[in-house]
Amino acid sequence: MAGGRPLLRRLARWADRPATLLAPAGGWLVVFFLVPLLIMAAYSVMPRGTYGGVETGFTLEHYRRFFDPLYLDILRRTVVLSAVCTALCLVLGYPVAYLIARSGRWKNLLLVLVIVPFWTSFLVRTFAMIFLLRDTGLVNAVLLRLGLISEPLILLYTPFAVVTGLVYTFLPFMILPIYASLERMDGSLLEAGALLGAGPVARFRRITLPLSMPGVVAGCLLVFIPALGSFIPSDLLGGAKQMLIGNLVQNQFTAARNWPFGSAASLVVMAAVLVGVVAYLRSRDRAPGGGV
Amino acid sequence: MLSGRTSRWLGAAVGLVYLFLHLPLLILVAFSFNASRFSVDWTGFTLEWYRRLLERPDILHGLRNSLIVGGAATVIATVCGTLFALALGRHRFRGRRTLESLLYVPLVTPEIVVGISLLAFFAALGVALGLATIVIAHVAFSISFVAVVVRARLMGMDRSLEEAALTLGADEVTTFWRVTLPQLLPGVVAGGLLAFTLSFDDYVITSFVAGSGSSTLPVVIYGMVRRTVEPSINAISTIVLVVTTILIYAADRLSRGGAAR
Amino acid sequence: MTALAAAVEFDRVSKTFDGHRAVDALSLVIHPGEFFSLLGPSGCGKTTTLRLLAGLEQPDPDGGRILIDGQVVTERRPYERNLSMVFQNYALFPHLSVERNVAFGLEQRSMPREAMGPRIRQALDLVRLDPDTFGRRMPSQLSGGQRQRVALARALVLEPALLLFDEPLGAIDLKLRKEMQLELKALNRRLGITFVYVTHDQEEALTMSDRIAVMDHARIAQLGTPAEIYENPRTAFVAGFIGESNLLEGTVERRDGDGWLVRMDGETIRVPHHPALAAGGAVRLAVRPEWLDLFRPGEVPPGENALPGTVRDIVYLGETIHVLVDRPNGRLIRVALRNEGQLIKPLAWRRGEAARVGWLPEDAQVLEDA
Repeated sequence: MAGGRPLLRRLARWADRPATLLAPAGGWLVVFFLVPLLIMAAYSVMPRGTYGGVETGFTLEHYRRFFDPLYLDILRRTVVLSAVCTALCLVLGYPVAYLIARSGRWKNLLLVLVIVPFWTSFLVRTFAMIFLLRDTGLVNAVLLRLGLISEPLILLYTPFAVVTGLVYTFLPFMILPIYASLERMDGSLLEAGALLGAGPVARFRRITLPLSMPGVVAGCLLVFIPALGSFIPSDLLGGAKQMLIGNLVQNQFTAARNWPFGSAASLVVMAAVLVGVVAYLRSRDRAPGGGV
Repeated sequence: MLSGRTSRWLGAAVGLVYLFLHLPLLILVAFSFNASRFSVDWTGFTLEWYRRLLERPDILHGLRNSLIVGGAATVIATVCGTLFALALGRHRFRGRRTLESLLYVPLVTPEIVVGISLLAFFAALGVALGLATIVIAHVAFSISFVAVVVRARLMGMDRSLEEAALTLGADEVTTFWRVTLPQLLPGVVAGGLLAFTLSFDDYVITSFVAGSGSSTLPVVIYGMVRRTVEPSINAISTIVLVVTTILIYAADRLSRGGAAR
Repeated sequence: MTALAAAVEFDRVSKTFDGHRAVDALSLVIHPGEFFSLLGPSGCGKTTTLRLLAGLEQPDPDGGRILIDGQVVTERRPYERNLSMVFQNYALFPHLSVERNVAFGLEQRSMPREAMGPRIRQALDLVRLDPDTFGRRMPSQLSGGQRQRVALARALVLEPALLLFDEPLGAIDLKLRKEMQLELKALNRRLGITFVYVTHDQEEALTMSDRIAVMDHARIAQLGTPAEIYENPRTAFVAGFIGESNLLEGTVERRDGDGWLVRMDGETIRVPHHPALAAGGAVRLAVRPEWLDLFRPGEVPPGENALPGTVRDIVYLGETIHVLVDRPNGRLIRVALRNEGQLIKPLAWRRGEAARVGWLPEDAQVLEDA
């Protein structure tokens, strides 16, 4: 046995302890994730500096500004568009998840076809939407060519464009958790339901749907939360007219140079996210089917 | 359990949803080869737009930055995230469950919040923005992804394999190299591929922590998209799509293939 | 150390998990070459005992000593103990072929490659797996029984002095399990290796073991040969866990010759002598169903104990037929009668008939935990 072996063993046993293993990632996340969030929180209650940045002091002025009708409008639009997007994703996504869960040997292919867009660049996908929806885009060109319209429809820079972009971006977030909960469902439950006299509609309503509720809840939150904080679709597809809270935050840190207000706005977003996550965890712990 | 007609309707509806998910990207790719610059008419096949990319220093520079940042962030995030997952998966200690939940916080935090908080942080410390700050930011949001993927792999792994190695005469060091790591590797590689994809794709966070001259490819593309729609964007988008799709497909195969065994 | 050294010795070993005692001041000696089983229900501490022996768990601080072959190994790591272990779920390395799995331990011992080949073949032969057919396969391409054999070969190839088994046959179907039990027993005899075997299956323990330690609540309830454990269970737990037993309570009347007279269900019965008995005290007996017999009232042979009862039910089990008899106090006695062929010679008992349950005094076991 080599002379350095016992030392190496001691080192290995030392390294294989929770504290040693957690230190690098934990340290990184504390310094570069948690501390920045705290600094941002501090900024949100400090007076605005003349040339960007902040001055020392304490004020709640930036939170008060939200009650300005201009900003309340943005908040309302954000919530409404996110909710519409969530509802559309649910309506479009549930049948897809249902079909994948029942699809037998095509399951893997269908699943990959959902997972791949789940990960492909937001930016590229949003550009694809622009390419289709702009005045001289493919949708208008086809409609004109078919004679269905005589002049191009204004599709881009409308709420319609933003919602389409959001749905396009977040649909996989809805499909995957619903699929996961349907997949776990024991097929013999439906057979048992049929033997107990339930028709297809009753089986769906009384067995499938309740058992997939954890997935539905997870999917809705996974769509609604990022939609609230989204930024690219509204910026590129909505233009300046369809500002969401994400754009407001960005604006405060760039053009408006009002960092404290931007910080306050993003803390509001963060708080909404955390409320959603806690709500999700609660519903998951209570759900009969277990977590997703 | 569905009647034939219901399932046909369902199939048709789902087919439309799949079209909605994939057709826009396919069209985008197709038009990257269209000879016409302005029209949506197909006027012939060309590689002109790809060739022009090579003449654009901003795109080449952005690509170089993206590769540097992606490489560095991937290595750091993969090592840190894997160690973190090992701590969660192989040890019992107080607060483990809490840590496990906290791991998900970076996953659900909106990118815009991460971006501006890091901007505020670097500003408060007086750190000059550049490639290093981008790497720091990308590692911060990738660690959790890596840790979650590796953790899932660890959960499927049988602890008694390591114990068997110990009773067969392998010490802790050998056991790690010969048993633990080979088992874990698909998860680690999958996590690394995800980390690279996230980094390579990220616009929102990068836009806040990138200094002048350190723009990554997505930042360059974003600027182009905001200005105009031109076939070069289709071309570079196609390249990004192909790269990320390959990476994600590989990561998916790795992380699932292992679990199936 | 002399040849008389114990293969394994536990000296007041304790192990606590999160405030829960898994092993409580356990002392135990295992002889060289012995097939020794740790038997008990789940949670009794048998697996923890085995893992302590393997070095996969450490005893509590001041939690006693473990000796292997006369040497204290409490502080040693598993790879410093010269033992092998077969795991419950086989624990075959999924990324290595069968050959490479078996070679794993030899490689750790820095054996030259030329010497390894024959050893591996020999080990696979020993567990009756054809090296040419199975050597290159991956574990995922094997059936449960084949995996079990590979795991065994992997442990045997090291020629350890001590081989540990953690419920290795639990996941195999019944027929194959019975076959493997006999093979393991034969291997133990042939190789002279000490086997320590954990199981919750009493039949398995009785089949294979030289001695059995029945464990309950982190302690050894009884230690002995299979016959001692089965025929002389010392406590109600052992009597109930190993096979089936009827538990009968009564009151001691007086000493009578070399036994005692006991009052039970209005009858006086004889029980063998036991130091714990005293006139006027309570006594609890265990009687195996197969040692009981059924008689018509008035037909009990002299010298047999008998309790009155009514036939409640008759259960056909194939090899035996169990007659369930209601005692006057409402409890059940289970009587196992040999099945002599119901189609040719049907059982003479019917439900609701009055009966006497009889047994010879020496067939009842006085339990300690009365």
